[in-house]
Order: sequence, then C-alpha cells, then structure tokens
Amino acid sequence: MREFNYYRAGSVRDAAKRLSASGNAMLLAGGMTLLPALKMRLNEPGELIDLADIGELKGIKLNRKGAQVGATTTHAEVAENVELRAAIPVLPHAAESIGDPQVRNRGTLGGSLANNDPAADYPAVALGLGATIITNKRKISADDFFTGMFETALGRGEMVTQVLFPIPQRAGYAIFPNPATRYALVGVCVAQFKTGVRVAVTGAGASVYRLEDFEDALTDEFSEVALDGLTASAASLNDDMHAGADYRAHLVGVMARRAVAMALE
Amino acid sequence: MSGEMGIGVSAPRTEDRRFITGRGRYVDDINLRSQQYAWFVRSPHPHAEVRGVDAADALKMPGVTAVLTGADMQADGVGPLPVAWGITSRDGSPAHEPEFPGLATDRVRYVGNPVAVVVAESRSQARDAAEMVNVDYGELESVASATAALEEGAPQIHEGAPGNLCFDWEWLPAAMAPDARANTDKAFKEAAHVVSLELVNNRLVPNAMEPRASLADFNTATGQLTLYTTSQNPHVNRLLLCTATLKMPEHKVRVVAPDVGGGFGSKIYHYAEELTVCWASRRLGVPVKWTAERSESFLGDAQARDHVTRVELALDAEARFTGLRVDTVANLGGWLSAFGPAIPTVFYAPLLAGVYRTPNIYVTVKGVFTNTTPTDAYRGAGRPEACYAVERAVDEAAVQLNMDPAELRRLNFIQPDEFPYQSPVGQLYDSGDFEGCLDLARKLNAYDEFSERRRQSEVRGKLRGRGMCFYIEACGAAPSQAAGQLGARAGLYEVATVRVHPTGSVQVLTGSHSHGQGHETTFAQIVAERLGIDFGNVEVVHGDTGEIPFGMGTFGSRSLAVGGTALYKAIDKVEEKGRKIAAHLLEAEADDIEFTEGEYRVAGTDRAVSFGDVALAAYVPHNYPLQELEPGLEETAFFDPENFTFPSGCYICEVEVDRQTGQVDLRDFVAADDFGNIINPMVVEGQVHGGLAQGIGQALLEHCLYTPEGQLLSGSYMDYCMPRADDLPNFVVATRCTPTPFNPLGVKGCGEAGAIGAPPAVINAVLDALRPLGVRQIDMPATPQAVWQAIEAARSGG
Ligand SMILES: Cc1cc2nc3c(=O)[nH]c(=O)nc-3n(C[C@H](O)[C@H](O)[C@H](O)COP(=O)(O)OP(=O)(O)OC[C@H]3O[C@@H](n4cnc5c(N)ncnc54)[C@H](O)[C@@H]3O)c2cc1C
Repeated sequence: MREFNYYRAGSVRDAAKRLSASGNAMLLAGGMTLLPALKMRLNEPGELIDLADIGELKGIKLNRKGAQVGATTTHAEVAENVELRAAIPVLPHAAESIGDPQVRNRGTLGGSLANNDPAADYPAVALGLGATIITNKRKISADDFFTGMFETALGRGEMVTQVLFPIPQRAGYAIFPNPATRYALVGVCVAQFKTGVRVAVTGAGASVYRLEDFEDALTDEFSEVALDGLTASAASLNDDMHAGADYRAHLVGVMARRAVAMALE
Repeated sequence: MSGEMGIGVSAPRTEDRRFITGRGRYVDDINLRSQQYAWFVRSPHPHAEVRGVDAADALKMPGVTAVLTGADMQADGVGPLPVAWGITSRDGSPAHEPEFPGLATDRVRYVGNPVAVVVAESRSQARDAAEMVNVDYGELESVASATAALEEGAPQIHEGAPGNLCFDWEWLPAAMAPDARANTDKAFKEAAHVVSLELVNNRLVPNAMEPRASLADFNTATGQLTLYTTSQNPHVNRLLLCTATLKMPEHKVRVVAPDVGGGFGSKIYHYAEELTVCWASRRLGVPVKWTAERSESFLGDAQARDHVTRVELALDAEARFTGLRVDTVANLGGWLSAFGPAIPTVFYAPLLAGVYRTPNIYVTVKGVFTNTTPTDAYRGAGRPEACYAVERAVDEAAVQLNMDPAELRRLNFIQPDEFPYQSPVGQLYDSGDFEGCLDLARKLNAYDEFSERRRQSEVRGKLRGRGMCFYIEACGAAPSQAAGQLGARAGLYEVATVRVHPTGSVQVLTGSHSHGQGHETTFAQIVAERLGIDFGNVEVVHGDTGEIPFGMGTFGSRSLAVGGTALYKAIDKVEEKGRKIAAHLLEAEADDIEFTEGEYRVAGTDRAVSFGDVALAAYVPHNYPLQELEPGLEETAFFDPENFTFPSGCYICEVEVDRQTGQVDLRDFVAADDFGNIINPMVVEGQVHGGLAQGIGQALLEHCLYTPEGQLLSGSYMDYCMPRADDLPNFVVATRCTPTPFNPLGVKGCGEAGAIGAPPAVINAVLDALRPLGVRQIDMPATPQAVWQAIEAARSGG
C-alpha cells in the first residue's frame, strides 16, 4: 500500500466536490474490494473519500412501485431486511450469497455496482430486475449502467447515491460458485414482470449481460420446460482454470432453469 | 498425582490460551532496535539469463540502505543452499545437484527465483525501491511439466542434467535385489488379471496459515548471529547455516523458532530468504527482517506432489496380488530443495506394498527439472503419492473383477500373525490389525446399508458413490544408519532434556518443535504420567538452539515416536538417579525401591519419599550421597530409533455428485486409524481432522497450475482453492490400537495420516458415483469442471 490522504465526507455534495477537485481521489465505501486492491498496488489513489458518515446514502425505503436502497447499505442490511424479503425476496437472497459474514457486514450495494466485477452478484440482480441507478447527477437504467469488465457509465465526479428496484411478479437467482472465490462462476437472475421476463447473467462474460432468447421463451411461458432445447452460446464467454467457455455456457443453462424453479417455488 | 492429565487423557491444549487470545509470539511480532526490512526482487520469468542487475535508481530511493545481489553473496563466500539427501541413479551415477545460490548469479529457473534484495528502513520503502531495480534478463525457452521436460527438444534447464533428468532411479532394497525386476515381470507374465492405470498426483501449495518470516540480528561486537525464523527444526537451520552457507561456528549462531503458525513440511528448509537476511545483517551490521506476503508464499515455499505415474497390478485367478509395477515421473522444480530428490524416491517407493502381501514389486522413478518452484515434503511427503497409486489400482481391480473392494482388500491383507512383516520394498512393518480397522470403518459407515442411501440420493437427483482406502505409512523418521545408507546427509535421532527444578517442577527441553501439533500439552502429559507430578508443573520448551541441546525437529510424524521417546529415555535417567537419592534418604538399597505415582518407596513398606523431596535433596545436598552422585537432577537423552513406525488405517467416504454441474459433495467420511498408543485422544483427533481436510483439498479443490511455460496460474486464493469448513462433512473418527514394539511408548504417529488416506478414498468414491455414466478415470482435483468434462466425454463415447 502506498501513502494516501484520507478524507471523511459529510455529505454527497461534499464527497462529489472533493472527487471532482482531485485528479486521483477514489471513493471508499465498504473497502472490501478497494482495500485489497490498494494492498496489491492495483490502485494507487492520492486520496480516499470515505462515504461512511453520509446518512443520506444509507437505508432501505419501500413503496408500491419498488424499493429504494441507499448506496452504502451493506449486503447484510439488505439480506436481513424484512420488508425486502416480503416484496422482492430475490434481492436479499442474492445479498445473502455474497462472500462471508465479514464481507456482508462491510460491503455495500453502491460499491458492488460501481465496481462491476464480472463475477459479482448484485449486477446480475440489478440488471435482471431492471433497476435504476441514481447518481448525484442523473438516473441511469441498469441496461445502460454496466458497460464492460469493471466498467460502468459513471463519469468523472459521479457517484451512486440510490438504487431503485422495481417489484417483479416473481424472480429467482441461482448461482454456481467459483470453488476458490465463491463469487459466481455463473449466476443467473430471472425476473418476471407484467411487461415480460428479464434474464441476466453474471460470471460468464466480461460483464453482466441479458439472454434474449431465454427471455422470449420465458415470456411466452414461465416454466423450466419453456427452456427445453435452449442453450447459451459459449462465444466470448470467460475461459479460465475453473471453467472453460463451454462449461460456463452449460452452467448458464442449468442456472437459468434453477432460477426459474426458484421463482416458481 | 499425575492428576487428571496423564497419558491417554484428552487434556485441553496448554498452548491454546495464548494462541486464541492473541498472545502468541510469532517471528513477525518480534521487532529489534534499528531493524531494517528486506524486500526481494524476484524473477518474473520462468527461465532467463541474468545479465546484470542495475541498482542505481533503487539506491536513490528514500530509506534504502543497500541493494545486494548474487554476485555480492558469492564475493562474500556464501555457499549454495544445500541438498540434504543424495540419490543414486540406477546406473550408479549420483543425481545431478546443481549449485543453488540464495540469490541468482547467472540464471533464474522459476518465477519467483530471488535475484536481489533491497534493504531499507521500512518495508514499503524496500518494496518501492525493489520496483526500481533493473534486472537485465535474457529470456530462455522454458517448460513446466515434467513429462514435457523429458521430451526430445525440450528446453534444457541445467547443463549437468541432459534431458532435464536429475536422476533415473530404481528401487532395489536388500530384500528383493537384484531380482526385483525379473521376478515382477514374471509375475505379470503369469498373471490371470492385470490392471493398469495412468495417474496424475496434482501439485500442491502448502499454505501454512503464517507465511514464512525471518529476522536476523548480527551483533558486530560479539560476532554472534541470532536468527528468528519460521522453522520446524531450528537446529537443522543452524546446522545448515554453519556448515553449508554462512559457514560460521555453531557457538556463534543461535536460531529461534518461536510460535510458528503451521508448517506441513514447508518450513523444514533453509530457504534463500532466510540465508539472505542472515548474510545481509552480518554485512550491514543491522537487524534485517523479512516477512513473506501471501503471494510470495505461493511462489517461494517449496511445493509438493506433482507425479505422473503408471501403476500396474497383477492378480492371480483367486484375485491375490502377485505383482506391482510402478513407474513415476516426479517434477522436482527448477532447483533441488533440501529433500527434493528423497521425497519421490526413498519416501515413496518403500510404501508401495501398502497393507498387502504383494510379493513382487518393482519401482522406477525419474526425477525431472522443470521451470517451476522446487518441490519437497508436504504433509505425507511421498506416502500420499504411494498410497494413491496403490489404492487406485486396487479399486480398479475390484471393479474389473466385479468384487466388493473391501473383500478384495481383505483377501490380500497382511495377517496379524505375520508381524513384524518384511515387505518386498524394504520395510519391516511393526504391527497392525488391518481386518480390525476395516471392520471398524465398515461399522461406522453402516456399510451394508449403502444401497438404501444411494437410492435416497437418487430421489434427490444425485449420484451417490462410496470409496475406500487402506493406507499404511512410515513415521518416526528415522533410524540414522538406514537413512544414511539411503543417502541422508544427517542423523535423524531426537533429543530431550528433563530439568527437574529444586521444588520438583519440571522443564522439558525438546528438539521437537511444535507449530500447531500441541507438544506443550502431550509431552507434559508424558512427564506427568511418568513422574507422577501435576501436569501444570511441567513446562515444555522448544524452538531455541540457545536453550535446547540439539534436535532434528518436527516432520514426518516423528515428534512423539522419536522426540517423545527421547523424552521417555531422559525421564528413565531422572527416575534412576532419583532412585539412588531416595535409597540414600530412606537408607535402603536402590534395588529395593519402587517408583510409583510420584513416590519412591521401599518395596513392601510404608517408608517413602516424594519425588519433590528427592528433587530438593538433589539441589540442597545436605543429606546426599555426594561420594557416588553429583548433585542436581537434570538428564538428557538422544534417541535414535531402530525402525520406523507404521500407522495404518481404513477410510471410507461417500459423495454425492450433481450430474448437471459436476459438483461433488462429500456426505460422509469415516476414519478408522491405528496409531498405536495414544497420549491425548483429542489432539490426535485434531490431527486427523486437519490431515483429512488437506487430503480432501487435494482430491477435490487444490490445484497448483502452471502455464506450459511456467507462469503460475493459481498464484493466490482467488484461484488456489483451499478447503473451507463447509466443504467438509462431520468426520467420524475412531482408532484401534496395535502398539509398536519399536519404542517404549508404543506410539506410531498421526500427523499425516489424513492427508495420505483421504485422496484415494475420495477419488474412489467419485468414480463409484460416476461409473453408471461410463466414467472410468478422473484425476485430482475432481473439480466441478473436471467431473462435468468426464461425464461429457463418457456420454460422447470418449
Ligand atoms: C472475501 C471476499 C469475498 C467476496 N465475495 C463476493 C461475492 O461472492 N459476490 C460478490 O458480488 N461480491 C463479493 N465480494 C465483493 C464485495 O461484495 C464488495 O463489497 C463489493 O465488490 C464492493 O463493495 P464495497 O462497499 O466494499 O466497495 P469498496 O471496496 O469500498 O469500493 C469498490 C469500488 O467502488 C467505488 N465506489 C464505492 N462506493 C461508490 C459509490 N457510491 N459510487 C461510486 N463508486 C463507488 C470505489 O471507489 C471502488 O472503486 C467479496 C469480497 C471479498 C473481500
């Protein structure tokens, strides 16, 4: 780790101002991704802006249309939230499957989405549910937010403040963990809305993506059988020591079916 | 008087209070005044010439004291890292032992090979400066796999080893020589069945919880070097520093291995980093500390296993084993680690008889240089590889002959009345009751109800399989003469001093180092039992050459069998001297005095004196036989065993496989071990659990993988998968006991058993589950992808 300046921001405006002002400042949320990156010298920011004191970034609010979750809400808070469990069970279910208790007590929704790790869980759920990411500057739909491996639509000086999750009719999230990291080797989120079904895949590609042919089939009929004969393409999927592209493609099919089964439970 | 904590009692571990309350004192916890920090510049290339090291920019960085290179080391006359075991090829030539300098001089041969060291006032300054050291590398062709390195046209790694062959060895122990080969070939010609398997024993990274660390403090005024280091055997490190590398006299070198957080073999050796900080401290006149980052452990700690083996088993028409042929290619890495050549040869071949009466066995092993981290001993060290080869072959034979694998084993067991049993591969087995262990394991597994469990798994959509393994291993290394004949360059005895204080409390100084095993508890139990004193009145001291007379340390499950026996013998001497003192105090003949429960008593009378009073008399000799006896009560014993000890056991496990994903779940694991007598059942159980976890890790999870050229792919926990608690079932462990006659405690050793027996049991279970799908073979680790691929290959007729 190299030396850096540490700043504890008092408000979103304060943090944003500081972030824009400095050429190489970074936001610090739970630090579960950022701190290891600093230790390994993958990031070498001149300043860390800690979001921990900013009350307006915390908390979960629910209304008829959906849930609004603050950026620094921890995975554990999402996992344990009783209202969420009733309204959008897939979201606490996914939060519960992230890492271990230590990670869930520190890691945050905003940090996870902003980081957009290709194997992370929240991006799949955000894309699967068609969430809206609210920043200090604008609203971005999940379809536009995740732009590539570890890349998002966030611009300079922009930070996630809230995330809006619409309430699906039903949804499921099935993950096959990477044996070493326990991140998703493949994770599939399936969500059914009046307007149609969304299917989002994490772990398999460079970034989370949607599976349109699966969506069409499930929109016609929301059942495992509807996916009969459908396979996911292995083209441009990740290939590493834990899973080649063909195995990942196979797992996408298996996890999609399991997510549907879970949604139907 | 020994209270509740004598031999055979699950005494709570004395050391745990300090470990779990954060009061342990590890090397990195030790800080000395004016201490500086070392950071190593390591090769990013698997194979390269080192044409030059330019430190000019690094030396300008803040806080930097020095940048030292291999050339500096050479100029100071520092010797190469020693090889502790010489192996001879079948043509009579010695194995090629290239000089392995602590810092590379002209060539690097694996990624992570130390090239230079930066010493600076802080760790991050040293690290920053290390990034500024410019090494001029001339990259060379490289190769990571041993079989590829043997191929024609493969890159040549050492000039003295044409074809990258370090040795081409065959095992001709006295009992079989010189006809082992001919007899074995004949057995195969006459066999009714022959089973043949091609097996890979996957490479592993040891992963002790505490990374390696060394802090060297050379006192320029006294010429005394003190080294604090993460070692399993501080006296051995001192021996090697003094005789091979720094060449200082022993009385000027003190090596301390304080609390050490696990070793598993990886902390036996005198590594480059340890040598370098000692030399740097001597050269610079300041204490120098190095603590490995986990990524350095992945590159720099000796790795293990990495065999490719063809094993063939011959059986007669009654399914009796008549011959075993084993041909192994062992990957030694870029240089030889201290025991590197011994592990795949003399620690491997002599165990290939397993628990069976196979009369003819012929073993050949090629040791091969590759551009990978050197390999050496890791929990089991050669014996897991032997057990895996034998037990996979036996299971395959059972499948081919359509026999119950338990029955096939039973048919071939060495019988209880055959002990001591001379195996054809040169071991004299001490004792065992293989049928007894098998029956115990079968009972604990509810063996006969398996088909019902399999049916229930099917209902849940899972394939259930059961696997078995019967292991035997050699512990208690080693009879020094035998080891010497096999090429060992050191003795393998152990040493203990029992120091009785005037008040009767006891300090034990043992050469057996404890880095998790619990010696401070179990050794104290032996003293409490023998001297009839309170367990709390015994302190066990280990890990400091300044305090302990000598010792060879802890590895190969030798602590209790060898170190415990040395302690036992030292207690004998204390007891004997005490008897003479007591005779004087009681005005009786020594021969008439019996010692029980902490009292010397004139036999058949009520005239007695307590051990404490005898101790006091020894130190306050007012009434004492000064003409015949020296005052004081302190005795030392060196113990050199006459044979190894041979723990054995039967493991049965059951797995469930998800055929859609290839995921293997371990459902049940039963271990029935024979460790001889047991001092502390709880400690033994803990050792078995840990060994099983590591063995299961090898079978299902852990995979040290290189690119074909030698870049480490699994260089962090992001890719190297360690077993976690939820990967493991609740172990059911039990023991049977056939005491070894080769030491007075009757103990055999238990540290490695789990890691030896678990891998074949697990893989046999996985294959049992997959057999209905047509899968016949799978290598470790049986990861989800590997299982899925095997299913797919079988499906497409592959
Ligand atoms: C051992 C371990 C296991 C894990 N397992 C999983 C797993 O199974 N699944 C999974 O999905 N994740 C896993 N994670 C990652 C975890 O979920 C992290 O919490 C998450 O990736 C980052 O969240 P954070 O709050 O810790 O962010 P930080 O580490 O603080 O920040 C991460 C990045 O996001 C930026 N950032 C933070 N907050 C904001 C914001 N509000 N607006 C804009 N940018 C912001 C930071 O500047 C930084 O670049 C694991 C982590 C660890 C250490």
